Amino acid sequence: MRDFPRQATSAMTEKTVLNATHRALGARMVDFGGWDMPINYGSQIEEHHAVRRDAGMFDVSHMTVIDLHGARTKDFLRHLLANSVDKLKAHGKALYSCMLNEQGGVIDDLIVYFLGDEFYRLVVNAGTRAKDLAWIEQQAKAFDVQVKERPEFAMIAVQGPHARAKVLGVLHEVDRPRIEKLGKFAAAAAQGPHGMPLFVARTGYTGEDGFEIIVPAEHAVALWEALAAAGVKPAGLGARDTLRLEAGMNLYGQDMDEAVSPWEANLGWTIALDEGRDFIGRNVLEAQKATGVKRVMVGLVLDEKGVLRHGQKVLTANGEGEILSGSFAPTLDKAVAFARIPVGDPGATRVDIRGREVPVRLVKYPFVRDGKPCEGI
Amino acid sequence: MSEIPGDLKFLKSHEWARAEDDGLVRVGISDHAQDQLGDLVYVELPEIGSAVKAGTGAAVVESVKAASDIYSPVSGEVVAVNELLNDKPETINEDAFGEGWIFLVRPSDRAELGELLDANEYEELVENEDH
Repeated sequence: MRDFPRQATSAMTEKTVLNATHRALGARMVDFGGWDMPINYGSQIEEHHAVRRDAGMFDVSHMTVIDLHGARTKDFLRHLLANSVDKLKAHGKALYSCMLNEQGGVIDDLIVYFLGDEFYRLVVNAGTRAKDLAWIEQQAKAFDVQVKERPEFAMIAVQGPHARAKVLGVLHEVDRPRIEKLGKFAAAAAQGPHGMPLFVARTGYTGEDGFEIIVPAEHAVALWEALAAAGVKPAGLGARDTLRLEAGMNLYGQDMDEAVSPWEANLGWTIALDEGRDFIGRNVLEAQKATGVKRVMVGLVLDEKGVLRHGQKVLTANGEGEILSGSFAPTLDKAVAFARIPVGDPGATRVDIRGREVPVRLVKYPFVRDGKPCEGI
Repeated sequence: MSEIPGDLKFLKSHEWARAEDDGLVRVGISDHAQDQLGDLVYVELPEIGSAVKAGTGAAVVESVKAASDIYSPVSGEVVAVNELLNDKPETINEDAFGEGWIFLVRPSDRAELGELLDANEYEELVENEDH
Protein backbone atom coordinates (compact mmCIF):
# COMPACT_ATOMS: atom_id res chain seq x y z
CA MET A 1 0.00 0.00 0.00
CA ARG A 2 1.19 3.49 -0.75
CA ASP A 3 0.46 6.55 1.42
CA PHE A 4 0.23 4.27 4.42
CA PRO A 5 -0.31 6.41 7.51
CA ARG A 6 2.52 6.33 10.00
CA GLN A 7 2.36 6.42 13.74
CA ALA A 8 3.57 9.73 15.09
CA THR A 9 7.06 9.59 16.47
CA SER A 10 7.44 11.43 19.69
CA ALA A 11 10.86 13.03 19.25
CA MET A 12 10.14 16.32 17.49
CA THR A 13 6.47 16.91 18.12
CA GLU A 14 4.92 19.07 20.81
CA LYS A 15 2.44 17.58 23.23
CA THR A 16 -0.63 19.05 24.86
CA VAL A 17 -1.19 18.48 28.56
CA LEU A 18 -3.83 15.89 27.61
CA ASN A 19 -1.37 13.72 25.63
CA ALA A 20 -1.15 10.92 28.20
CA THR A 21 -4.96 10.98 28.58
CA HIS A 22 -5.40 10.42 24.83
CA ARG A 23 -2.88 7.58 24.82
CA ALA A 24 -4.56 5.92 27.82
CA LEU A 25 -7.84 6.06 25.86
CA GLY A 26 -6.15 4.18 23.01
CA ALA A 27 -6.08 7.12 20.62
CA ARG A 28 -4.31 6.87 17.30
CA MET A 29 -1.83 9.73 17.46
CA VAL A 30 -0.54 11.63 14.42
CA ASP A 31 1.69 14.59 13.76
CA PHE A 32 -0.67 17.51 13.27
CA GLY A 33 1.25 20.67 12.35
CA GLY A 34 4.08 19.74 14.70
CA TRP A 35 1.77 18.53 17.47
CA ASP A 36 1.25 14.93 18.56
CA MET A 37 -2.55 14.81 18.42
CA PRO A 38 -5.32 12.16 18.46
CA ILE A 39 -6.75 11.55 14.98
CA ASN A 40 -9.32 9.14 16.47
CA TYR A 41 -9.95 6.92 19.49
CA GLY A 42 -11.02 3.92 17.41
CA SER A 43 -13.64 4.99 14.90
CA GLN A 44 -13.63 8.45 13.35
CA ILE A 45 -17.12 7.85 11.96
CA GLU A 46 -18.59 6.96 15.36
CA GLU A 47 -16.97 10.05 16.90
CA HIS A 48 -18.44 12.17 14.11
CA HIS A 49 -21.92 10.78 14.80
CA ALA A 50 -21.49 11.27 18.56
CA VAL A 51 -21.02 15.00 17.96
CA ARG A 52 -23.95 15.26 15.51
CA ARG A 53 -26.31 13.27 17.76
CA ASP A 54 -25.16 13.80 21.36
CA ALA A 55 -21.95 15.43 22.61
CA GLY A 56 -18.27 15.02 21.87
CA MET A 57 -15.10 16.75 23.03
CA PHE A 58 -11.88 17.66 21.26
CA ASP A 59 -8.52 18.59 22.69
CA VAL A 60 -7.70 21.80 20.82
CA SER A 61 -4.96 22.90 23.19
CA HIS A 62 -2.58 23.14 20.24
CA MET A 63 -4.38 26.32 19.18
CA THR A 64 -2.72 29.57 20.15
CA VAL A 65 -4.24 32.02 22.61
CA ILE A 66 -2.90 35.57 22.37
CA ASP A 67 -3.97 38.35 24.73
CA LEU A 68 -3.74 41.97 23.65
CA HIS A 69 -3.57 44.77 26.20
CA GLY A 70 -3.25 48.52 25.85
CA ALA A 71 -5.22 51.74 25.54
CA ARG A 72 -5.15 51.56 21.73
CA THR A 73 -5.92 47.84 21.36
CA LYS A 74 -9.23 48.52 19.63
CA ASP A 75 -7.59 50.87 17.10
CA PHE A 76 -4.93 48.24 16.51
CA LEU A 77 -7.51 45.53 15.76
CA ARG A 78 -9.46 47.89 13.47
CA HIS A 79 -6.21 48.08 11.47
CA LEU A 80 -5.16 44.42 11.77
CA LEU A 81 -8.40 42.61 10.91
CA ALA A 82 -10.63 42.55 7.82
CA ASN A 83 -13.72 42.21 9.98
CA SER A 84 -14.57 45.12 12.25
CA VAL A 85 -14.24 44.88 16.02
CA ASP A 86 -16.61 47.85 16.11
CA LYS A 87 -19.31 45.15 15.92
CA LEU A 88 -18.28 43.94 19.38
CA LYS A 89 -20.47 45.98 21.74
CA ALA A 90 -20.78 43.83 24.85
CA HIS A 91 -17.94 42.38 26.91
CA GLY A 92 -17.37 38.72 26.04
CA LYS A 93 -18.63 38.98 22.47
CA ALA A 94 -16.63 37.20 19.78
CA LEU A 95 -15.99 37.85 16.09
CA TYR A 96 -14.59 35.64 13.30
CA SER A 97 -12.14 37.45 11.04
CA CYS A 98 -9.36 37.07 8.52
CA MET A 99 -5.99 38.68 9.12
CA LEU A 100 -4.67 39.81 5.72
CA ASN A 101 -1.32 40.79 4.28
CA GLU A 102 -0.81 43.97 2.21
CA GLN A 103 -1.76 42.00 -0.95
CA GLY A 104 -5.12 41.00 0.52
CA GLY A 105 -4.03 37.38 1.02
CA VAL A 106 -5.09 35.52 4.16
CA ILE A 107 -2.34 35.19 6.79
CA ASP A 108 -4.75 33.37 9.10
CA ASP A 109 -8.36 33.20 10.20
CA LEU A 110 -9.07 33.71 13.88
CA ILE A 111 -11.58 34.52 16.58
CA VAL A 112 -11.27 37.73 18.56
CA TYR A 113 -12.98 38.17 21.94
CA PHE A 114 -13.78 41.59 23.40
CA LEU A 115 -12.90 41.28 27.09
CA GLY A 116 -12.45 44.91 28.14
CA ASP A 117 -11.93 48.37 26.70
CA GLU A 118 -8.19 47.74 26.72
CA PHE A 119 -8.21 43.93 26.56
CA TYR A 120 -8.94 41.60 23.63
CA ARG A 121 -8.13 37.91 23.19
CA LEU A 122 -7.26 36.19 19.91
CA VAL A 123 -7.40 32.46 19.22
CA VAL A 124 -5.36 31.61 16.11
CA ASN A 125 -4.42 28.38 14.34
CA ALA A 126 -1.65 26.12 15.62
CA GLY A 127 0.09 25.68 12.26
CA THR A 128 0.43 29.44 11.74
CA ARG A 129 1.48 30.32 15.29
CA ALA A 130 5.00 31.61 14.58
CA LYS A 131 4.16 33.77 11.58
CA ASP A 132 0.99 35.09 13.23
CA LEU A 133 2.88 36.17 16.34
CA ALA A 134 5.62 37.81 14.26
CA TRP A 135 3.07 39.69 12.15
CA ILE A 136 0.91 40.76 15.09
CA GLU A 137 3.94 41.94 17.10
CA GLN A 138 5.26 43.88 14.13
CA GLN A 139 1.92 45.60 13.55
CA ALA A 140 1.30 46.21 17.27
CA LYS A 141 4.38 48.39 17.76
CA ALA A 142 2.82 51.48 16.20
CA PHE A 143 -0.15 51.14 18.58
CA ASP A 144 1.86 50.41 21.71
CA VAL A 145 -0.16 47.24 22.27
CA GLN A 146 1.23 44.46 24.43
CA VAL A 147 1.08 41.04 22.68
CA LYS A 148 1.13 38.17 25.12
CA GLU A 149 0.93 34.52 24.14
CA ARG A 150 -0.77 32.32 26.74
CA PRO A 151 0.85 28.86 26.42
CA GLU A 152 -0.22 28.04 29.99
CA PHE A 153 -3.78 27.50 28.73
CA ALA A 154 -5.28 24.30 27.39
CA MET A 155 -8.49 24.26 25.36
CA ILE A 156 -11.30 21.72 25.11
CA ALA A 157 -14.12 22.06 22.57
CA VAL A 158 -17.37 20.39 23.63
CA GLN A 159 -19.80 20.13 20.72
CA GLY A 160 -23.14 18.57 19.91
CA PRO A 161 -26.87 18.96 20.59
CA HIS A 162 -26.37 17.91 24.23
CA ALA A 163 -22.98 19.58 24.72
CA ARG A 164 -24.16 22.67 26.53
CA ALA A 165 -26.30 20.75 29.01
CA LYS A 166 -23.44 18.42 29.83
CA VAL A 167 -20.98 21.26 30.31
CA LEU A 168 -23.44 23.14 32.53
CA GLY A 169 -23.59 20.07 34.74
CA VAL A 170 -19.88 20.27 35.59
CA LEU A 171 -19.91 24.01 36.33
CA HIS A 172 -20.28 25.52 39.77
CA GLU A 173 -23.97 25.85 40.60
CA VAL A 174 -23.85 29.63 40.91
CA ASP A 175 -22.51 29.97 37.36
CA ARG A 176 -24.99 27.66 35.63
CA PRO A 177 -27.90 30.07 34.98
CA ARG A 178 -25.56 32.73 33.60
CA ILE A 179 -23.66 30.32 31.29
CA GLU A 180 -26.93 28.72 30.20
CA LYS A 181 -28.06 32.14 28.95
CA LEU A 182 -24.76 32.85 27.20
CA GLY A 183 -25.56 33.85 23.60
CA LYS A 184 -23.96 32.41 20.48
CA PHE A 185 -20.48 33.78 19.78
CA ALA A 186 -20.10 35.08 23.32
CA ALA A 187 -17.84 34.08 26.20
CA ALA A 188 -17.79 34.42 29.98
CA ALA A 189 -15.75 33.31 32.97
CA ALA A 190 -17.08 30.47 35.11
CA GLN A 191 -15.90 28.01 37.71
CA GLY A 192 -15.49 24.38 36.74
CA PRO A 193 -14.98 21.26 38.88
CA HIS A 194 -13.15 22.01 42.17
CA GLY A 195 -13.48 25.73 41.45
CA MET A 196 -11.07 25.73 38.52
CA PRO A 197 -11.28 29.00 36.54
CA LEU A 198 -12.70 28.55 33.04
CA PHE A 199 -13.22 30.80 30.03
CA VAL A 200 -16.36 29.42 28.40
CA ALA A 201 -17.15 30.51 24.82
CA ARG A 202 -20.24 29.49 22.88
CA THR A 203 -18.28 28.92 19.69
CA GLY A 204 -17.15 25.89 17.71
CA TYR A 205 -15.99 24.33 14.49
CA THR A 206 -18.51 21.55 13.89
CA GLY A 207 -21.80 23.21 12.95
CA GLU A 208 -23.29 22.04 16.25
CA ASP A 209 -24.05 24.08 19.34
CA GLY A 210 -21.58 23.84 22.20
CA PHE A 211 -18.71 25.51 24.00
CA GLU A 212 -15.01 26.00 23.53
CA ILE A 213 -13.45 26.11 26.98
CA ILE A 214 -10.09 27.65 27.79
CA VAL A 215 -8.70 26.16 30.99
CA PRO A 216 -5.36 26.52 32.83
CA ALA A 217 -3.23 23.56 31.69
CA GLU A 218 -2.91 22.14 35.21
CA HIS A 219 -6.71 21.68 35.39
CA ALA A 220 -7.25 20.33 31.87
CA VAL A 221 -7.07 16.62 32.73
CA ALA A 222 -9.58 17.04 35.61
CA LEU A 223 -11.95 18.96 33.34
CA TRP A 224 -11.63 16.31 30.60
CA GLU A 225 -12.40 13.57 33.10
CA ALA A 226 -15.38 15.43 34.55
CA LEU A 227 -16.78 15.90 31.04
CA ALA A 228 -16.20 12.22 30.22
CA ALA A 229 -18.04 11.28 33.42
CA ALA A 230 -20.90 13.55 32.29
CA GLY A 231 -21.19 11.46 29.11
CA VAL A 232 -19.18 13.58 26.65
CA LYS A 233 -17.34 11.30 24.20
CA PRO A 234 -13.73 11.94 23.23
CA ALA A 235 -13.48 12.76 19.51
CA GLY A 236 -10.33 13.08 17.44
CA LEU A 237 -9.20 15.70 15.00
CA GLY A 238 -10.29 13.39 12.16
CA ALA A 239 -13.93 13.78 13.16
CA ARG A 240 -13.41 17.50 13.71
CA ASP A 241 -12.31 17.79 10.07
CA THR A 242 -15.35 15.98 8.60
CA LEU A 243 -17.70 17.89 10.94
CA ARG A 244 -16.38 21.30 9.94
CA LEU A 245 -16.41 20.37 6.24
CA GLU A 246 -20.07 19.28 6.44
CA ALA A 247 -20.78 22.53 8.30
CA GLY A 248 -19.21 24.55 5.47
CA MET A 249 -16.31 25.95 7.48
CA ASN A 250 -12.94 26.70 5.92
CA LEU A 251 -9.67 25.15 7.02
CA TYR A 252 -6.66 27.43 6.86
CA GLY A 253 -3.88 26.14 4.59
CA GLN A 254 -6.28 23.95 2.65
CA ASP A 255 -9.16 26.25 1.69
CA MET A 256 -7.28 29.54 1.82
CA ASP A 257 -3.77 30.85 2.37
CA GLU A 258 -1.67 33.92 1.66
CA ALA A 259 -2.17 33.57 -2.12
CA VAL A 260 -5.97 33.62 -1.76
CA SER A 261 -8.23 36.60 -1.16
CA PRO A 262 -11.26 36.24 1.14
CA TRP A 263 -13.47 36.89 -1.90
CA GLU A 264 -12.04 33.70 -3.46
CA ALA A 265 -12.62 31.69 -0.28
CA ASN A 266 -16.31 32.51 0.27
CA LEU A 267 -15.32 34.70 3.20
CA GLY A 268 -16.82 37.90 1.80
CA TRP A 269 -19.26 37.86 4.72
CA THR A 270 -16.34 38.46 7.08
CA ILE A 271 -15.07 41.57 5.28
CA ALA A 272 -16.32 44.83 6.74
CA LEU A 273 -15.81 47.69 4.29
CA ASP A 274 -17.06 50.14 6.89
CA GLU A 275 -16.33 53.77 6.25
CA GLY A 276 -13.08 55.31 7.38
CA ARG A 277 -11.39 52.12 8.61
CA ASP A 278 -7.96 51.59 7.09
CA PHE A 279 -7.29 47.86 7.59
CA ILE A 280 -4.39 45.96 6.06
CA GLY A 281 -5.25 44.72 2.58
CA ARG A 282 -8.36 46.90 2.25
CA ASN A 283 -7.34 48.70 -0.95
CA VAL A 284 -6.68 45.38 -2.69
CA LEU A 285 -10.00 43.92 -1.54
CA GLU A 286 -11.86 47.01 -2.78
CA ALA A 287 -10.15 46.78 -6.19
CA GLN A 288 -11.02 43.08 -6.40
CA LYS A 289 -14.60 43.84 -5.47
CA ALA A 290 -14.85 46.45 -8.23
CA THR A 291 -13.37 44.27 -10.98
CA GLY A 292 -14.52 40.90 -9.66
CA VAL A 293 -12.26 37.93 -8.87
CA LYS A 294 -11.37 35.26 -11.41
CA ARG A 295 -11.86 32.28 -9.10
CA VAL A 296 -14.71 31.31 -6.82
CA MET A 297 -15.16 28.69 -4.13
CA VAL A 298 -18.04 26.25 -4.54
CA GLY A 299 -19.47 23.18 -2.84
CA LEU A 300 -19.43 19.81 -4.63
CA VAL A 301 -21.38 16.62 -3.98
CA LEU A 302 -20.42 13.25 -5.45
CA ASP A 303 -23.50 11.05 -5.85
CA GLU A 304 -21.50 8.10 -7.22
CA LYS A 305 -19.24 5.92 -5.14
CA GLY A 306 -15.79 7.31 -4.45
CA VAL A 307 -14.21 10.03 -2.36
CA LEU A 308 -13.38 13.63 -3.27
CA ARG A 309 -9.91 14.57 -2.05
CA HIS A 310 -7.73 17.63 -1.70
CA GLY A 311 -5.78 18.28 -4.91
CA GLN A 312 -8.08 16.49 -7.37
CA LYS A 313 -8.65 18.36 -10.63
CA VAL A 314 -12.10 19.86 -11.28
CA LEU A 315 -13.14 20.19 -14.93
CA THR A 316 -15.58 22.96 -15.89
CA ALA A 317 -16.73 24.71 -19.07
CA ASN A 318 -14.42 27.62 -18.13
CA GLY A 319 -11.30 25.60 -17.42
CA GLU A 320 -9.79 23.67 -14.58
CA GLY A 321 -10.21 24.14 -10.87
CA GLU A 322 -9.06 22.22 -7.85
CA ILE A 323 -10.55 20.48 -4.84
CA LEU A 324 -9.59 22.18 -1.58
CA SER A 325 -11.08 20.26 1.36
CA GLY A 326 -12.70 17.01 0.29
CA SER A 327 -13.80 13.95 2.23
CA PHE A 328 -16.35 11.29 2.79
CA ALA A 329 -19.11 12.97 4.83
CA PRO A 330 -20.42 10.56 7.49
CA THR A 331 -23.73 12.40 8.05
CA LEU A 332 -24.49 12.23 4.31
CA ASP A 333 -22.91 8.86 3.54
CA LYS A 334 -21.28 10.30 0.43
CA ALA A 335 -18.36 12.51 -0.50
CA VAL A 336 -18.48 16.31 -0.48
CA ALA A 337 -15.86 18.97 -1.13
CA PHE A 338 -15.00 22.61 -1.47
CA ALA A 339 -13.41 23.51 -4.79
CA ARG A 340 -11.94 26.68 -6.28
CA ILE A 341 -12.97 27.01 -9.94
CA PRO A 342 -12.90 29.69 -12.64
CA VAL A 343 -15.72 32.25 -12.26
CA GLY A 344 -18.81 31.90 -14.49
CA ASP A 345 -21.30 29.16 -15.33
CA PRO A 346 -19.23 25.97 -15.02
CA GLY A 347 -21.61 23.76 -17.05
CA ALA A 348 -21.42 20.01 -16.48
CA THR A 349 -18.72 19.71 -13.83
CA ARG A 350 -16.50 16.63 -13.41
CA VAL A 351 -13.72 15.65 -11.05
CA ASP A 352 -10.67 13.67 -12.14
CA ILE A 353 -10.38 10.75 -9.72
CA ARG A 354 -7.29 8.71 -10.61
CA GLY A 355 -7.75 9.39 -14.33
CA ARG A 356 -11.51 8.82 -14.34
CA GLU A 357 -13.84 11.78 -14.97
CA VAL A 358 -16.66 11.59 -12.45
CA PRO A 359 -19.67 13.95 -12.58
CA VAL A 360 -20.30 16.07 -9.48
CA ARG A 361 -23.10 18.44 -8.46
CA LEU A 362 -22.43 22.06 -7.55
CA VAL A 363 -24.34 22.99 -4.41
CA LYS A 364 -24.72 25.80 -1.95
CA TYR A 365 -23.24 24.83 1.40
CA PRO A 366 -23.28 24.18 4.42
CA PHE A 367 -23.93 20.55 3.57
CA VAL A 368 -25.27 19.78 7.05
CA ARG A 369 -27.02 21.98 9.59
CA ASP A 370 -28.38 21.08 13.04
CA GLY A 371 -27.43 17.46 12.56
CA LYS A 372 -29.43 17.11 9.32
CA PRO A 373 -28.50 17.21 5.62
CA CYS A 374 -29.38 20.59 4.07
CA GLU A 375 -32.01 20.74 1.33
CA GLY A 376 -30.69 19.71 -2.06
CA ILE A 377 -27.64 17.88 -0.70
CA MET B 1 -6.10 -6.98 17.04
CA SER B 2 -6.78 -10.40 15.67
CA GLU B 3 -4.18 -13.15 15.42
CA ILE B 4 -2.25 -13.34 12.15
CA PRO B 5 -3.22 -16.62 10.41
CA GLY B 6 -0.14 -18.78 9.86
CA ASP B 7 -1.00 -19.67 6.25
CA LEU B 8 -0.75 -16.07 5.04
CA LYS B 9 2.19 -14.46 3.26
CA PHE B 10 2.79 -10.71 3.30
CA LEU B 11 4.23 -7.80 1.43
CA LYS B 12 6.06 -5.26 3.59
CA SER B 13 3.38 -2.81 2.44
CA HIS B 14 0.78 -4.79 4.47
CA GLU B 15 -1.05 -6.81 1.81
CA TRP B 16 -1.60 -10.50 2.50
CA ALA B 17 -1.70 -13.43 0.06
CA ARG B 18 -3.23 -16.83 0.70
CA ALA B 19 -2.49 -19.74 -1.66
CA GLU B 20 -5.81 -21.55 -2.01
CA ASP B 21 -6.19 -25.27 -2.65
CA ASP B 22 -7.25 -24.62 -6.25
CA GLY B 23 -3.97 -22.85 -7.05
CA LEU B 24 -5.47 -19.34 -6.91
CA VAL B 25 -4.12 -16.60 -4.62
CA ARG B 26 -6.49 -14.55 -2.48
CA VAL B 27 -5.39 -11.01 -1.57
CA GLY B 28 -6.35 -8.60 1.19
CA ILE B 29 -4.82 -6.13 3.63
CA SER B 30 -3.67 -6.96 7.14
CA ASP B 31 -5.59 -6.28 10.31
CA HIS B 32 -2.78 -3.93 11.32
CA ALA B 33 -3.26 -2.01 8.03
CA GLN B 34 -7.03 -1.60 8.49
CA ASP B 35 -6.43 -0.47 12.05
CA GLN B 36 -3.96 2.17 10.90
CA LEU B 37 -6.20 3.36 8.07
CA GLY B 38 -9.32 3.72 10.21
CA ASP B 39 -12.91 3.47 8.95
CA LEU B 40 -12.90 2.43 5.29
CA VAL B 41 -15.57 4.06 3.15
CA TYR B 42 -14.76 2.97 -0.40
CA VAL B 43 -12.87 0.22 -2.19
CA GLU B 44 -11.97 0.50 -5.87
CA LEU B 45 -11.78 -3.12 -7.02
CA PRO B 46 -9.74 -4.28 -10.02
CA GLU B 47 -11.59 -5.52 -13.10
CA ILE B 48 -12.07 -9.24 -13.48
CA GLY B 49 -9.76 -10.41 -16.24
CA SER B 50 -7.25 -7.62 -15.76
CA ALA B 51 -3.56 -8.37 -15.36
CA VAL B 52 -1.79 -7.49 -12.12
CA LYS B 53 1.94 -7.34 -11.46
CA ALA B 54 3.62 -8.20 -8.18
CA GLY B 55 4.43 -5.09 -6.12
CA THR B 56 2.34 -2.69 -8.19
CA GLY B 57 -1.05 -1.10 -7.56
CA ALA B 58 -4.10 -3.26 -8.23
CA ALA B 59 -6.86 -1.74 -6.08
CA VAL B 60 -7.48 1.31 -3.92
CA VAL B 61 -8.95 1.49 -0.43
CA GLU B 62 -10.19 4.81 0.87
CA SER B 63 -10.60 5.59 4.54
CA VAL B 64 -12.34 8.75 5.70
CA LYS B 65 -9.05 10.55 5.54
CA ALA B 66 -6.94 9.05 2.75
CA ALA B 67 -6.76 6.87 -0.33
CA SER B 68 -4.19 4.05 -0.36
CA ASP B 69 -3.04 1.89 -3.24
CA ILE B 70 -3.18 -1.85 -2.69
CA TYR B 71 -0.27 -3.70 -4.26
CA SER B 72 -0.71 -7.20 -5.61
CA PRO B 73 1.62 -9.68 -3.87
CA VAL B 74 1.80 -11.81 -7.02
CA SER B 75 1.60 -11.35 -10.79
CA GLY B 76 -1.24 -12.88 -12.74
CA GLU B 77 -4.86 -12.43 -13.80
CA VAL B 78 -7.69 -11.24 -11.56
CA VAL B 79 -10.34 -13.96 -11.60
CA ALA B 80 -12.68 -12.67 -8.88
CA VAL B 81 -13.24 -9.60 -6.72
CA ASN B 82 -15.05 -9.24 -3.42
CA GLU B 83 -18.28 -7.52 -4.58
CA LEU B 84 -19.45 -7.32 -0.95
CA LEU B 85 -16.98 -4.45 -0.47
CA ASN B 86 -18.95 -2.26 -2.92
CA ASP B 87 -21.70 -1.89 -0.35
CA LYS B 88 -19.83 -2.76 2.82
CA PRO B 89 -16.24 -1.51 2.65
CA GLU B 90 -16.20 -1.64 6.47
CA THR B 91 -16.04 -5.46 6.13
CA ILE B 92 -12.26 -4.97 5.86
CA ASN B 93 -12.26 -3.20 9.23
CA GLU B 94 -14.32 -6.00 10.75
CA ASP B 95 -12.56 -9.05 9.26
CA ALA B 96 -9.43 -8.12 7.35
CA PHE B 97 -8.07 -11.67 7.08
CA GLY B 98 -11.41 -13.30 6.21
CA GLU B 99 -14.61 -11.76 4.79
CA GLY B 100 -12.65 -8.60 3.95
CA TRP B 101 -10.54 -10.18 1.17
CA ILE B 102 -10.23 -7.92 -1.89
CA PHE B 103 -9.39 -9.93 -5.04
CA LEU B 104 -8.40 -13.38 -6.28
CA VAL B 105 -5.50 -13.91 -8.69
CA ARG B 106 -4.54 -16.79 -11.00
CA PRO B 107 -0.77 -16.47 -10.53
CA SER B 108 1.55 -16.59 -13.52
CA ASP B 109 4.65 -17.30 -11.43
CA ARG B 110 4.08 -19.18 -8.19
CA ALA B 111 7.75 -18.65 -7.26
CA GLU B 112 6.78 -15.08 -6.33
CA LEU B 113 4.98 -16.47 -3.28
CA GLY B 114 8.34 -17.57 -1.92
CA GLU B 115 9.58 -13.98 -1.92
CA LEU B 116 6.88 -12.81 0.49
CA LEU B 117 7.21 -12.50 4.27
CA ASP B 118 5.74 -15.32 6.34
CA ALA B 119 3.40 -14.57 9.25
CA ASN B 120 6.21 -14.44 11.82
CA GLU B 121 8.35 -12.11 9.74
CA TYR B 122 5.37 -9.85 9.13
CA GLU B 123 4.48 -9.78 12.81
CA GLU B 124 8.02 -8.72 13.58
CA LEU B 125 7.82 -5.95 10.97
CA VAL B 126 4.62 -4.60 12.52
CA GLU B 127 6.06 -4.70 16.02
CA ASN B 128 9.13 -2.77 14.93
CA GLU B 129 6.96 -0.20 13.17
CA ASP B 130 5.04 0.50 16.35
CA HIS B 131 8.16 1.61 18.20
